[in-house]
Amino acid sequence: MIRLSIPLREAIEKISLPFLMAAAIALMLAGRMDGRLADRARMAFADALTPVYAGLTRPFSDLRYGLGQLQALWDLHAENDRLGAENAELRRWQAVALALEAENARLKAELHWIPDPAVPFVTARAVADAGGLYDRAVLVALAPGVTVHPGEIALDAHGLVGRVTEVGSESARVLLITDLNSRIPVRLAATGARAILAGTNGPDPDLLYWPPGTMPSEGEQVVTSGIAGAFPPGLPVGTVHYAEGGTVEVVPAAELGQLSFVRLFDYGLHGIISPEEGQAGGGGHGG
Amino acid sequence: MEVDRTPGIRPRPSLWRRLDTLGRQSFPAAVTAIGMLLTAAPLGLPGQAELLPGFAVASVFFWSVFRPAAMPPPVVFALGVLADLLGFAPLGVRVLILLFVHGLAVGSRRQLARQPFLLVWLVFIAVAGGAATLEWGFDSLLSLRLLPSSPAIFEFALTAALYPPLAALFTRAHRGIAAWERA
Repeated sequence: MIRLSIPLREAIEKISLPFLMAAAIALMLAGRMDGRLADRARMAFADALTPVYAGLTRPFSDLRYGLGQLQALWDLHAENDRLGAENAELRRWQAVALALEAENARLKAELHWIPDPAVPFVTARAVADAGGLYDRAVLVALAPGVTVHPGEIALDAHGLVGRVTEVGSESARVLLITDLNSRIPVRLAATGARAILAGTNGPDPDLLYWPPGTMPSEGEQVVTSGIAGAFPPGLPVGTVHYAEGGTVEVVPAAELGQLSFVRLFDYGLHGIISPEEGQAGGGGHGG
Repeated sequence: MEVDRTPGIRPRPSLWRRLDTLGRQSFPAAVTAIGMLLTAAPLGLPGQAELLPGFAVASVFFWSVFRPAAMPPPVVFALGVLADLLGFAPLGVRVLILLFVHGLAVGSRRQLARQPFLLVWLVFIAVAGGAATLEWGFDSLLSLRLLPSSPAIFEFALTAALYPPLAALFTRAHRGIAAWERA
């Protein structure tokens, strides 16, 4: 250790705080001028932390699973009754579905229907909350050798989760549909009317700009629309809900509060986020 | 020749003793960093995004008041960078906020350290309010638009509420594991 005289050491101590504050402001300006630099630093950091988080989350997910099992054991009888009733109902629907499937196949054959191409996807574990005060995002761990591009669509088992905005070598950041910057073109399933889903950072994003004369009804399904080439049409987003005060919200179908696995679909749509521009600025992940 | 300023009998500075002292000295910074990493893990807690900056502010404040030698400005700077990188916040904002908190805490520590807990908490609430306002202001400035203030207000409330349990834990650590006089 270097020995300094006491007055010199005191002087250094006195000057270090203002000096570091100036450095913080310089950092702020540097991050503002070159957003890509900050993003690269973040993703490198996230890459390094991803294995740690993956290890950390395992006991928690095990614990949650164990508690769920206990709960299930407790409710076994009631759950059995419920499932029995549901099964009877589903059997009825199965007959309907089989008839419709046969009809659908016959009609498609008559029309020489071109089937939709199968979309490649990867499944990834959500390992960390990568949001901040004004962001809602998650970090997902990527297996080695898996490549993901910004603009890919993330879904969980129930519906739309969000979009990939930044990609590192071992992790990717998914901006959720509840984020303040998120604007998603959607369609109301019953009327076919278009609208915009606007994130508010709250749990339920707002529905905006539906055409006059087509009021969204409570409980109506909301799906993505293919407008602007940012999303493929028809992905389930959620259901309409009238909140207190008359704002129209969409309750997301995806369980955004506790994401464990997400599937990242490569629809080849980079309509709004191009791989380069998507990382250029903080505002680039709007759309 | 070096003058021994505090003459007395003390154990030989063996390797283990030095490691022990080093461990105790770095405890506040390490516990802050590890706590921040943990709050970013996907635990599915409500309000988790606000937990990280709240924890950082509370921890830096506590250690700056009660053990400033273990929380020097460069360490605060590093913790701020960690908070910014973990939270995907605009780079530098939390660094500056934590340095402000540290500066205020160190500046008033001679008065604060002697006060009862409730008064220290009240001062901390004011500091947390300032920190949340600064974060809102800088985030708005850097994104060039007026951001809603409700997340910042929520963060302020969470930070203020987080302080008493953290302070209780840290006070025990301050007297036990982080006390290098005991090494």
